[in-house]
Amino acid sequence: MAWFNREKKGIVTPTEMKREAPDGLWYKCPECKTVTLSKTHADNAYCCPNCNYHTKVGSMQYFSLLFDNDEFTELDADMISGDPLEFKDTKAYPDRIKATIVKTGLKDALRSAHGLVGGHKMVIACMDFEFIGGSMGSVVGEKLARAIDYGRINRAPVLVIARSGGARMMEAGYSLMQMAKTSAKLALLDKAGVPYISLLTDPTTGGVTASFAMLGDFNLAEPKSLIGFAGPRVIRETIGKDLPEGFQSAEFLLEHGFVDFIVPRQELKDKLVSLVAMLGF
Amino acid sequence: MEPADQPDKKPAKRKAKIAKPAIEAKPKAEKAKPDADSIVSKVLLIEQLPAPSPLHTDIASPPALMLLEFEKPIAALEARINEMRALVSEEDEMFKQLEERLKSLKKETFARLTPWQRVQVSRHPDRPYTLDYIQTICDEFIELHGDRNVGDDKAMIGGLGRIGDQSIMFVGQQKGRNTKQRQFRNFGMANPEGYRKALRLMKTAEKFGVPIVCLIDTPGAFPGLEAEERGQGEAIARNLREMFMLTVPVICIVIGEGASGGALGIGIGDRVLMLENTWYSVISPESCSSILWRSWDYKELAAEALKLTAKDMLKAGLVDDIIKEPLGGAHTDPVAMAKKLKKVILDQVAELSLLSVDDRISQRIDKFSAMGVVVE
Ligand SMILES: [Zn+2]
Repeated sequence: MAWFNREKKGIVTPTEMKREAPDGLWYKCPECKTVTLSKTHADNAYCCPNCNYHTKVGSMQYFSLLFDNDEFTELDADMISGDPLEFKDTKAYPDRIKATIVKTGLKDALRSAHGLVGGHKMVIACMDFEFIGGSMGSVVGEKLARAIDYGRINRAPVLVIARSGGARMMEAGYSLMQMAKTSAKLALLDKAGVPYISLLTDPTTGGVTASFAMLGDFNLAEPKSLIGFAGPRVIRETIGKDLPEGFQSAEFLLEHGFVDFIVPRQELKDKLVSLVAMLGF
Repeated sequence: MEPADQPDKKPAKRKAKIAKPAIEAKPKAEKAKPDADSIVSKVLLIEQLPAPSPLHTDIASPPALMLLEFEKPIAALEARINEMRALVSEEDEMFKQLEERLKSLKKETFARLTPWQRVQVSRHPDRPYTLDYIQTICDEFIELHGDRNVGDDKAMIGGLGRIGDQSIMFVGQQKGRNTKQRQFRNFGMANPEGYRKALRLMKTAEKFGVPIVCLIDTPGAFPGLEAEERGQGEAIARNLREMFMLTVPVICIVIGEGASGGALGIGIGDRVLMLENTWYSVISPESCSSILWRSWDYKELAAEALKLTAKDMLKAGLVDDIIKEPLGGAHTDPVAMAKKLKKVILDQVAELSLLSVDDRISQRIDKFSAMGVVVE
């Protein structure tokens, strides 16, 4: 499968490859504990062949799953975070960023690229949860804004894959305003009549849910993903009761009318192609 | 979600005072000397009550106000001045000296407030709320209810108001004062139907070319079971996107707490303004402390780190301007504060009305699109 031979034009050398690759030859499912060959797992769209648990993979895997021949051109690949507020909690924010870049091989919590998906032009922006919980700061907001602009100007459908704990607190007010910025860009895309598809994956919460992730012309979700505005812990503390089983799951959202359909990852590409083709894109 | 930072239990006396909207007090309060000290004007407010609570025995004495720690020296001095007022002439040298001292004490205290202390002022239980402002500012106000879908959210109010010959659509979160009202208003935490009600009213305003004013005062959108079932995230997200395209002028003013997505859900405007002693950020200092420091004890530090004050938000270019409050905070002179707000609203509406619809929308979009700091 594509993830180990992905040397393509315009792609920065992916140190993340080493990290993202399953540890060794074997993959152990955290749900059913079944052990499979890593290659078998990857060939099954990074889902457990036994219980179909969807492993929480990132931009590299989604790009390789979706873009034809794993060919794409990354946008704004070198953009990294500033420290406008000189934020310091138990650690200074720039130190946290630097350490996370080294640890993950990623520059921030979102990567964006354009290419062909089943022969159709598409822009894909995908969040990386392992970068500070997929939190949205200025880089995520700005890259997303530009990716949406790219889609609008080139009349290419935009797919955003959300996997995020929400706002990045270390950017405080700036982080909050990324919700506004991305929604502004989506308003323009909407007006231009270019399709926007939002894929919600496990987990999608907070400010991401309350902005771009819920604004799709089509909201798709991966099976069993946790999707919500407030986190389950906060809700439990607020109402002082345990939450019903399946609360805030993708299936729960489907039932309540907030996602169009749930899509197993193995079928994602086919579904996307069908959708954009039917819309004439 | 701010777990009761302010105690719910209030002296019974308070009830009487708050039961009435500020508008009832307006004629009398305006007769008061413009520089009348705050306690006196508060007494005036109280005197307007038609039926004081039986527990409120001594209406002439200053009411039992909720005092923040740093307000106590000010209140003590105010009390002394009030005692003297009964005994000596206002021309008395010592009296004048004391009044001078009071003024400088207030000035110093409020100039030196820490971010956390400003957060406390923004939540001051005596602080004017959305309806207090609307009723004081407007010559006429018709409240409008419901989202036309599931219900009427009491935490999000709205309606058509008239200031002179200017019509305005107001929306805003509404907090309550006593325990009962707080529950009724859900502590100013709206459910999805609140955001949908707000959007419905904004669309109505758009249809008839009426400018929109959003008054923001919330500890956050409600994190509840039904809120999730009914799509809290979707409701807020939709507001963000739709507000960018509104053809009428939109002015958003943070009058108290501006917490996160719950605030931003009615916060997309041509002008975003903050009252001097308010805060606006992605999270409350308490929650920030509990997440980043893993303890509730670092709220002061968190308040500083978040740069959430009006001054910091203006410096960051995330809001357009600050509206000064009366010395001592909006709660010490609600009528003066409301007058100021009225002027700002009318000025801004006039200014924004000069722009074409397309210019207004593109400037609104460009402004928010420029927010953020990245390194390339
Ligand atoms: Zn499994």
